[in-house]
Amino acid sequence: MTAWLLRRLAASVAIVFAVLTLTFVLIHLAPGSPFRPSADDRTVSPEVIARLDRVYGLDRPLAVQYLKYIGNVARGEFGESFSQHRPVARALADAVPNTVLLGVAALAIEFALGIALGAYQAARARRRVDAALSHVTLFFYSVPTFWLGLALLLVFGQWLHWLPVGGVGDPVVHDSLPWAGRVLDTLRHLVLPAGTLGLVGAAGTARYQRAAMLEVIHQDYVRTARAKGLSERRVLLRHALRNAVLPIITLLGLSLPFLLTGAVLVETVFSWPGMGKLAADAIFARDYPVVTAAAILAAAMVAVSSVAADLLTAVADPRVRLGARDAR
Amino acid sequence: MLRTWLSLGALVAAATGGALLLRRRCERTDRGRRFFRHPTSTTGVALLTFFVLVAVGAPLVAPYDPAAQPDPVGLQNRPPSWLHPLGTDLYSHDLLSRVVFGARVSLGVGTLAMLVALTLGAVVGALAGYLGRWVDGLLMRIVDVGIAVPRMFLLLMAVALWSRLPLGTLIVLIGVTGWFGTSRLVRAEVLSLRERPFVDAARALGASTRRVIFGHVLPNAAAPLIVSAALGIGHVMLLEAALSFLGIGVRPPVASWGNMIADGRDLLTTAPWISLVPGFAIASVVMALNAVGDALRDALDPHEEAT
Repeated sequence: MTAWLLRRLAASVAIVFAVLTLTFVLIHLAPGSPFRPSADDRTVSPEVIARLDRVYGLDRPLAVQYLKYIGNVARGEFGESFSQHRPVARALADAVPNTVLLGVAALAIEFALGIALGAYQAARARRRVDAALSHVTLFFYSVPTFWLGLALLLVFGQWLHWLPVGGVGDPVVHDSLPWAGRVLDTLRHLVLPAGTLGLVGAAGTARYQRAAMLEVIHQDYVRTARAKGLSERRVLLRHALRNAVLPIITLLGLSLPFLLTGAVLVETVFSWPGMGKLAADAIFARDYPVVTAAAILAAAMVAVSSVAADLLTAVADPRVRLGARDAR
Repeated sequence: MLRTWLSLGALVAAATGGALLLRRRCERTDRGRRFFRHPTSTTGVALLTFFVLVAVGAPLVAPYDPAAQPDPVGLQNRPPSWLHPLGTDLYSHDLLSRVVFGARVSLGVGTLAMLVALTLGAVVGALAGYLGRWVDGLLMRIVDVGIAVPRMFLLLMAVALWSRLPLGTLIVLIGVTGWFGTSRLVRAEVLSLRERPFVDAARALGASTRRVIFGHVLPNAAAPLIVSAALGIGHVMLLEAALSFLGIGVRPPVASWGNMIADGRDLLTTAPWISLVPGFAIASVVMALNAVGDALRDALDPHEEAT
């Protein structure tokens, strides 16, 4: 078990390192540089560009820059953002909590709603409710995330005026509100972006959960539970659902990359100042240090969450033994 | 205008008829029955046929030239009307014509990028699964890395940094960032296939490794590939839309459903139809693809063969 964990963590470090290298190579292969957006741009004089390049060490050979960067990262230094004129760590420290808040809320909606819907559908399999819900989940599964965001924004923000249309808080009154008011204000701003991400995710989870539950429902032990005279509710919730949720844990670990991809779009639509928006803006601004740091962070999160998902599966399912060579 | 309505009617009829006819014919086979047993598969096939026909016959269906700007002042952001059934956008483009021609771009990009991804995934997966040892180790580590980066980040980096990419390069890039999952799928399939007697037989008859992999092993792994192809096109279409929405995918004046949504984003309050219409188009096609993919998965599942 410990050996397994160590091996997995070592592999994760290797993956993050590879992502760092890939990002570094990609952004330096691309034409143009942070201070010279395109070759025919003459708004900044060549002397100024050369000086800026020297200040940020961009005039050194690529190999030297690469080694220097690795050294810095190893010491926990991510450098200084070109476009924001402050340390990358600070920019990330501002953005990450927002994305975590958005992600946790979205995941909560995704799994609570998805598991409930899927289990309900499986219990009513092949009836009219099931068919109707299948169409609904198919629709939300197939809709472009950002378009759903725009549509929700239009309906709830612009037409009904129920919810704010963007940002993490009211730009005028947020700071002057009392403690509870600030929390409420943030929650109101959270509803639409988290709802958008959560609904799309919930549709996928529900489809998955329905299939998993249907598979379990026909197994012998469920029939035994029924034969013991347990109520249908108890059979479904205590016996069937418990086993059907197992694969969902793996899904949870795998859903993080999709969540981050969705975050880029949803954060753009709702002007939510999180990691996705930070990374997208940084790429457009050729802010190399922020781009690499965001990629490293994203890869680390994905790698850690996949290890965590495997651990959780082992905890929840005694049949899974970590570290055993998988039998073929 | 009359031509548009007539051809749209004809295409709807052709698509519905075609789907029903196909169902009639397929009912005779076991797999066909399982495919059409799905509540949504008939609708899915019909919708898909309809959109493919629209894309192919775009010049016939579209009432106007999709890039024409007949009256940039008087015809701005008009709601749907008789002359412009889906309304007009900021530049007085006719939205119906743009949706119709956009089908070519969106479906084309989706299909081609999926083919790139599928080919790469199949080849890598087959090589890793069949050859094993260090080839497997190396290729699967690459896949691990590819899966660890959110695909959007990779695409953003590649597409945004090289501005003004031609459409072909965009397609290849979307394909190149999307094969990791497929290769794992194929590898798993090949791992079990390579132990089968027919592979030993082929090898005993003196077939080269290349021939065994591509002539004997891969064709037998076709079922999961077909399913992941159907689901993959939808996924790629959503990605293309997202990239175009961020302003770095398909570039105007070429209309794609994604950049049409982006066009309407700032006019959401005054002219919501500009963004809503192409979004519904994407949602319908992806829904149809997912429905067909689901039905295919059940139809091709070897575990169900016996039942």
